[in-house]
Amino acid sequence: MSGTSSGAVVGVDVGGTFTDLVELDPASGRVRLAKVPSTLDNQAFGVLNALREAGCDLQTLALIVHGTTTTTNAVLERKLSRTGLITTAGFRDILELGRRTRPQAYGMKGEFRPLIPRDLRLEVPERMDCDGLVVTPLDEDAVRQAAQQLVDAGCEALVIHFLHAYANPTHEQRAAEIAREVWPNTYITTGHSLLSESREFERGVTAAANASVQPIIDRYIRRLTAELKSGGYTRDVLVMNGNGGMVSAERVALEAAKTVMSGPASGVMAAAYTGRQAGMRDLITYDMGGTSTDVALIRDAEPTVSNEIEIEYAMPIHVPMVDVRTVGAGGGSIARVNPAGLLEVGPESAGATPGPICYGRGGTLPTISDANLLLGRLDPSRLASVEGVSLETVTKIFQSELGAKLGVDATEAAAAVIRLGNTKMAGAIRMVSVSLGADPRDFALFAFGGAGPLHACALARELGIPRVLVPSRPGITNAIGCVVADLRHDFVRTLNTPLDALDPADLHEVFAAQEAEGDALIDAESITLSDRRHVHSVDMQFIGQTHLLRVPLERPDVDREALQAFFEAAYYKRFRVKLDNIRANLVNANTSVIGTRAALDLSTLIDPAGRKDTLAQAETARRPVYFDGWHDTPIYWRDHLPADFTLTGPAIVQQMDTTVLIEPGDRARGDAQGNIIIEIGATA
Amino acid sequence: MNQQALDPITLSVIQAGLQQVCDEMDLSFSRAAFSPVIAEANDRSDGIYAAEDGALIAQGAGGLPVFVGTMQYSTATLIRMIAEGRAAEPQPDDIYIVNDPYLGGTHLMDVRFAKPFYRNGKIWCWLSNTGHWPDTGGAVPGGFSASATSVEQEGLRLPPVRLFKQGKLDPEIYAIITSNIRVADQRIGDVQAQAAALLVGEERLGELLERYGDDTVAGAISELRDRARVQMGAFIDAIEPGRYDSVAYVDSDGVVDEPLAIKLSVTRQGDELVFDFSGSSAPCAGPMNSVRATTLSSVYLAMRHIFPEVPMNAGAFAPLKVTGIEGTFLDAQYPRPVSGCAAEVSQRIAEAVFAALVPALPERVTAAPAGTSGNFALGGHDPARGRDFVMYQLSGGGYGGNADHDGLANGCSTIGISKAPPVEIMEQAFPVLYRHYALHEGSGGAGKHRGGFGLDYELELRRGSARASFVMDHGRFGPQGVMGGRDGAPNKVTVWQSGKPHVPPHLSKEQDIPLGPGDRVHVRTPGGGGYGDPFKRDPKLVAEDVRLGRYSIDQAKELFGVAVTATDFTVDEPATATLRES
Repeated sequence: MSGTSSGAVVGVDVGGTFTDLVELDPASGRVRLAKVPSTLDNQAFGVLNALREAGCDLQTLALIVHGTTTTTNAVLERKLSRTGLITTAGFRDILELGRRTRPQAYGMKGEFRPLIPRDLRLEVPERMDCDGLVVTPLDEDAVRQAAQQLVDAGCEALVIHFLHAYANPTHEQRAAEIAREVWPNTYITTGHSLLSESREFERGVTAAANASVQPIIDRYIRRLTAELKSGGYTRDVLVMNGNGGMVSAERVALEAAKTVMSGPASGVMAAAYTGRQAGMRDLITYDMGGTSTDVALIRDAEPTVSNEIEIEYAMPIHVPMVDVRTVGAGGGSIARVNPAGLLEVGPESAGATPGPICYGRGGTLPTISDANLLLGRLDPSRLASVEGVSLETVTKIFQSELGAKLGVDATEAAAAVIRLGNTKMAGAIRMVSVSLGADPRDFALFAFGGAGPLHACALARELGIPRVLVPSRPGITNAIGCVVADLRHDFVRTLNTPLDALDPADLHEVFAAQEAEGDALIDAESITLSDRRHVHSVDMQFIGQTHLLRVPLERPDVDREALQAFFEAAYYKRFRVKLDNIRANLVNANTSVIGTRAALDLSTLIDPAGRKDTLAQAETARRPVYFDGWHDTPIYWRDHLPADFTLTGPAIVQQMDTTVLIEPGDRARGDAQGNIIIEIGATA
Repeated sequence: MNQQALDPITLSVIQAGLQQVCDEMDLSFSRAAFSPVIAEANDRSDGIYAAEDGALIAQGAGGLPVFVGTMQYSTATLIRMIAEGRAAEPQPDDIYIVNDPYLGGTHLMDVRFAKPFYRNGKIWCWLSNTGHWPDTGGAVPGGFSASATSVEQEGLRLPPVRLFKQGKLDPEIYAIITSNIRVADQRIGDVQAQAAALLVGEERLGELLERYGDDTVAGAISELRDRARVQMGAFIDAIEPGRYDSVAYVDSDGVVDEPLAIKLSVTRQGDELVFDFSGSSAPCAGPMNSVRATTLSSVYLAMRHIFPEVPMNAGAFAPLKVTGIEGTFLDAQYPRPVSGCAAEVSQRIAEAVFAALVPALPERVTAAPAGTSGNFALGGHDPARGRDFVMYQLSGGGYGGNADHDGLANGCSTIGISKAPPVEIMEQAFPVLYRHYALHEGSGGAGKHRGGFGLDYELELRRGSARASFVMDHGRFGPQGVMGGRDGAPNKVTVWQSGKPHVPPHLSKEQDIPLGPGDRVHVRTPGGGGYGDPFKRDPKLVAEDVRLGRYSIDQAKELFGVAVTATDFTVDEPATATLRES
């Protein structure tokens, strides 16, 4: 294989509404883009449509990297393969009982559906203790019978999950061997294989999620690769994992759970890549969509990866994933005046249907998007093409639903909706960053998604973030993430040892084994890499604590005193607390093996030939826009902006996939990669 | 305070800002804390309180529900004691510590910190937080003595004293504390975390004031309080005027084996609700007493479960009047023991509120949830590791059925929001082996929407010797069903000593039951109450529950009037029709 150096690279991301594609030819700098409706029943159609729409030549393509929501949707909508569980006698209800929680602090209502129903959860006699010693031997006949019973019940996938298998996996391994004799396929997941650490609910849910999406992703990727092959494509298909790295299509189903959160992860990878090229290595990413907003933290050009993500209530999937937090506010968030006469924005959302009033799909409640329209931030003339809705309709609703109750006119009501919406989103972003131990003021805000760049300046001002980075194609950032992503394999090994009892040689051995395993996987891939990195860290805590703090290590050959010192320094940095007399525990040893691909030049994402010489030539119109009063505001077409433009707000930069709002006093400029960098002024 | 008229938009923004200050204090406290009770179980709360009277200005959304009302009373008491010269005058950067239950608290383990927040040399407001310490001394590790008869047996009681003086920890006071509590060496981490959370709040509140101006924020606080009162009033206004009665029972006080009654009559008077508890049982000998602050807070948290939309400040509580607690066990005075107040009695008060208000608010209020924290403590010696241990198993139970759906299985207590520890972690830490950890079958109270199921677990002591103690409830009476629904199954405790079963005489409470290797503890926690007539439940849902082994075929017949075929778990329609007619 000659790798990626000859031929174009395609990144394609299937989102809930659109399938986005970008093709980049490193040799010529040629870029092709496509945005087509997603086909959620079989995402492959959308992918093929996008390839066709963009005019990609499958026979000469060097690589296709794919981000998919197949597994995410399957879990969230419980459209899962029929899956059975064989578990330790006495413990089949673990998956249903969870950790005795409720969905919200107040309100004693709530529902929960386990991934595997109770009648498909079977028990067999066996038991390990916490030291991995056998208390009850494995009843092999019982395993055989249980497996047959689940086959007869029509199960397609199987989970084998025993207590304390992280300490001694032999019962799980033996049970899997026996089950394979009767199981009609290879869809068998053992609990310890994905996550070898204690906590039976989290490990069990992770295994159950893996098993119940495994046949789905396997079938999907097979269908997709077959379709691509019949179209003449001869190279590898790589799939984005939730950790922001790619794996080959052949391997993806083995650890299917790792593809959950594939889409959001690729957006964050694009942000890290863009930030690195722009010289901004500390970013808060802000992806605002219609119903929700995804926020993530990038430090020193590395996204924060967590293995403790809960993708919804009581649904922990503990494999390494880029730590993307979802905030329940987006363009469709509904504004109303509560019985106390106060304005509220969200958490209810108009969603995609009926959506905001201005979508013309029957929405009648004021939303953030409608407020942007009334204030001239979104182009009001777009309503001309929306049936049954005029600016007057929107104005009237704002007047009657909000203005009349607040004692202001429709414009002031809309401004209030934006202000409160921004305050709430800023609060949520602050909570995310603070909970990860960061002060938002040390970061730049990377704004993408359809609505992100519209609110970015106001949010940055609210949070004290000094600058905003708007990439060249904010609406297809996830697809770009696929194009630039690295190969990545993460390994976690639980040691859970007091530092004073740790033999550093054991730790060094774990790191070496993790490196070797990752290297072997990367060697097996067929693409050319420019660099390979081994990144080590440890998760530590003071003895007696329960939360973990991740401590990055510059080199793996550390001794005990260095570990204690690194940990104390990291702890002080995070909590401003010094605890001199307490020793630390080393809980996990982590290694990520990352294969870096050759750098891609993203400056051609906006065609350099289309750019004008002066700012004035890029101006397409002017319209009044409201920022604490109406301002006559120039509107620029993004693709026409001179590469090195500078301007001072107010200004609006319009492009195919988003609208960038530059507030009065903020200074914007173009950089060599085609990004817009906005320095936030002191006041709006 | 400056009473300039404020536009509702600025008000909304300042409200979100104040909330944010408190949420950040909560987060900071949990992340830095050592004690799992705080770090994992979030058994803590942070808030902002008025300088003149301690009234609640804002409180973190993630705080433990039982603290929703208590800190304003402890802050009010502190302010009054300073004015009367009974507590030291504050200086900038002082932090008071107090855990006295009778001075606006809960039980001794809930330790409050309070810090005056200064602007231009004057106290502008108070920042305060509560954290549950794993131990504050007393007869038993952890403080939950089922048979204490005075507060001195429950632990060290601290009046408000300045633990931090002008920013510096007072080593003398700290030494007194650490000399009186167990596992004291790790407490410094929690103390630092609790104090650091107040510093975070101070910094953020300062920023908010700089941005909007002191007078504007003060005006907003006052206006927000009025508006919360109006909002709660508007909800109350929708309640049909009249009187709504209920009774809820605590099994016993742990010392005298008699039920304690909470008698409640709720009356709507205009846009106020009056909660009259007169006729409730007298103060008790054992630790199931409640103190005034906890009783009020329990009413507030119940109302907040019903109306989660109303922002938390003193105004929201203003239309809720509590009367008739004087002379009852809901307003215990020194030296009555109180360790059960926050974990158990508070939930029974909330249950009384729910039970009374279901007929008034049938769409919002659920049937009774399990309503016990399921506190099982095991203390002993592990010879294999050569050390003593104290283990706690807190467990969940079923939630009540409601107008929308069946109750949730194994939910957290009404007054908590914490996760239960995994079986694997418990076995790593303590010499026990769980025999099972399962759904408490048949426990959900029958109803059109049935109650959720409780938990059924059994564990065995593997080696050494230990003593088991239980402070649970709902052993005598199951959580109440409503609107024709049946009660959930009660809590059941059985201790197997040398192969013989022992049931605690008080059913849900007993202290120091000796265990040897191989002895077992079997606990089944309550199911939630049912909602609506069980004979109106969709027979297909009943058959599905039978198919999944949640109820037996006999239970389906008796409780729901549904005949389920044993072979294929379908509904026998004619037989069901006959059963339901009779």
